[in-house]
Amino acid sequence: MNNESLKLKVAEYTAKVDKASAKFPERKNLEYNRLYTPLDLEGMDYERDLGMPGTYPFTRGVQPTMYRGRFWTMRMYAGFSTAEESNKRYRYLLSSGSTGLSCAFDLPTQIGYDSDDVISEGEVGKVGVAIDSLADMEILFDQIDLGKVSTSMTINAPASVLLAMYIAVAEKNGVSADKLQGTIQNDILKEYAARGTYIFPPKPSMRLITNIFEYCSKNVPNWNTISISGYHIREAGSTAAQEIAFTIADGIAYCEAAIKAGLDVDDFAGRLSFFWNAHNNVLEEVAKFRASRRVWSKIMKERFGAKNPKSWMLRVHTQTAGSMLTAQQPENNIVRVALQTAAAVMGGTQSLHTNSKDEALALPTEDSVRVALRTQQIVAYESGLADVVDPLAGSYYVEAMTNEIEAEALKYIQKIDDIGGAVVAIEEGYIQREIQDSAYKWQKEVESDARIIVGVNKFQIEEKPVEGLLRVDASVGEGQKKKLAKLRAERDNAAVNAALAKLEAACGDEDANLMPIIMEAVKTYATLGEICGVMRKVFGEYQAPATL
Amino acid sequence: MEKRVRILVAKPGLDGHDRGAKVVARALRDGGFEVVYTGLRQTPEQIAEAALQEDVNVIALSLLSGAHNHLFPRIVELIRANGMNDVLIIGGGVIPDSDIAGLKAAGIAEVFTPGTSTTTIIDFINANV
Repeated sequence: MNNESLKLKVAEYTAKVDKASAKFPERKNLEYNRLYTPLDLEGMDYERDLGMPGTYPFTRGVQPTMYRGRFWTMRMYAGFSTAEESNKRYRYLLSSGSTGLSCAFDLPTQIGYDSDDVISEGEVGKVGVAIDSLADMEILFDQIDLGKVSTSMTINAPASVLLAMYIAVAEKNGVSADKLQGTIQNDILKEYAARGTYIFPPKPSMRLITNIFEYCSKNVPNWNTISISGYHIREAGSTAAQEIAFTIADGIAYCEAAIKAGLDVDDFAGRLSFFWNAHNNVLEEVAKFRASRRVWSKIMKERFGAKNPKSWMLRVHTQTAGSMLTAQQPENNIVRVALQTAAAVMGGTQSLHTNSKDEALALPTEDSVRVALRTQQIVAYESGLADVVDPLAGSYYVEAMTNEIEAEALKYIQKIDDIGGAVVAIEEGYIQREIQDSAYKWQKEVESDARIIVGVNKFQIEEKPVEGLLRVDASVGEGQKKKLAKLRAERDNAAVNAALAKLEAACGDEDANLMPIIMEAVKTYATLGEICGVMRKVFGEYQAPATL
Repeated sequence: MEKRVRILVAKPGLDGHDRGAKVVARALRDGGFEVVYTGLRQTPEQIAEAALQEDVNVIALSLLSGAHNHLFPRIVELIRANGMNDVLIIGGGVIPDSDIAGLKAAGIAEVFTPGTSTTTIIDFINANV
């Protein structure tokens, strides 16, 4: 069939579909609501646009064999209450077939406050584990072999301090830093734009990040020094294209900062990792993963001149979309998570966290976490989705959508470049406004029934109160306070004060790398709040514009 | 002309999840109210002070960290201590059903959980202010 006759047939067909879809008003405005044909892939070049898996531009995945070699890392994000409780949950997860750890810290820890700070009241141990000092970290990883397990830590503004504590625990247990594997999130730009746990202004924050890049390239070579995160941008309401565009723009800013600090791009780029959301629209998500790899590899090769193929690879951790879980008929969430898992796997993720059905209501119970982990295992072992590398390549629809998302992302990246880069675009509120507009649009679509969420605006039932939710004991805060009082009384306070004074001086010297000095401080059992307090004093605090 | 209802949308506690707060704030503004948004990480004292300064009729609290049982009652206490006895205080976020009765007893007029439409919130405010 030649193109002209195909064009005619497609036009006829599209008219028919438009007429038919009028019966489903809520489906009428779908962006991709049509038939895809070879016409949508005109000009596509296999070698240039896709390539073989494990080769530039990595559209088909970063490894040549993908899941034929080994499955993705099943990494469940967990942590609550005390280090003792979380340690128990980690050992349970490892014994249930989890293949990596992922630590959730409570909000005071994420914002650099001790549990006995007045601002921490009511928050200690709530959304993650409370870590005040190296003593808590020793308990958190008790009986876990840090030489074998890989650990991801969702920590950003105080990432340097938590990483220093992790290295110190490992060294105490006879595991040297060069053997450690894991990731710190360490992505401050998306904290300003979407997640909210910032402490310091952008300039010193970017310095801390480049200090970590440099320190790890010499001392912790297998550590992923940053997880440049679109997850939270998507959770805050962005579209799929915005998710990868704003995140890759952040990635560009980190590369520029590191290069400006004198690092060679190939010294750090291979340890950059990413974090995507697996949202509800399965095929759009697959296209997003594929597009993101192509966009990043081109930027690293062409814009930054990276030579090492590892520097071109967008390696990604994925989490299913928490914001898509419904409080209504929570069992339905298991199905949503299964579909999101399928999307992440067909998209070629390197590791995955699956959410539990009860997370629109509270932190998950052990039983619901098990179902979430089993969901990954069923997809891995039973579904066949992991049998073939990049199974959707060549689909007219998925390839066309990969191109579309790439084009839209590149347009945003250009716009952000024009504004002056991601840091300026965030300071000016541009990225936040774009995300908010998308979030509001989504909400209006749901409220006008243009978008259907099963159990929320269609197929509702009388809801029964959900029982058996996880509750964090209110005494956690009191317990942490007591532990801290004891620590402060028993440690060598002269050593603590000397380490903190040294840190304060180093903060003021822009050429100093703060990592070794923070390492010294955590080993004296200086607390997280004390260390961040010194940095707050020198660096000041970020004041966010309250944009609406 | 009747004075327009003024609403303070506030984020107490340390969590940075403000998608809900911002969507609600915008819907309230589009619904004809005057809306002030505090931004993140507000202490109960800061929220009470802002309510007084802005002379609001309604305070809408959003919290997703689980600290609601501690922070919401504390905010009500401070607001009432400032003599703002008629101010309607509502809350929303990831709040288990079993906590709602306690929060209402502490003076939170209504608690809106995930999946609530913004028109439900607007209707509630119109009916109670």
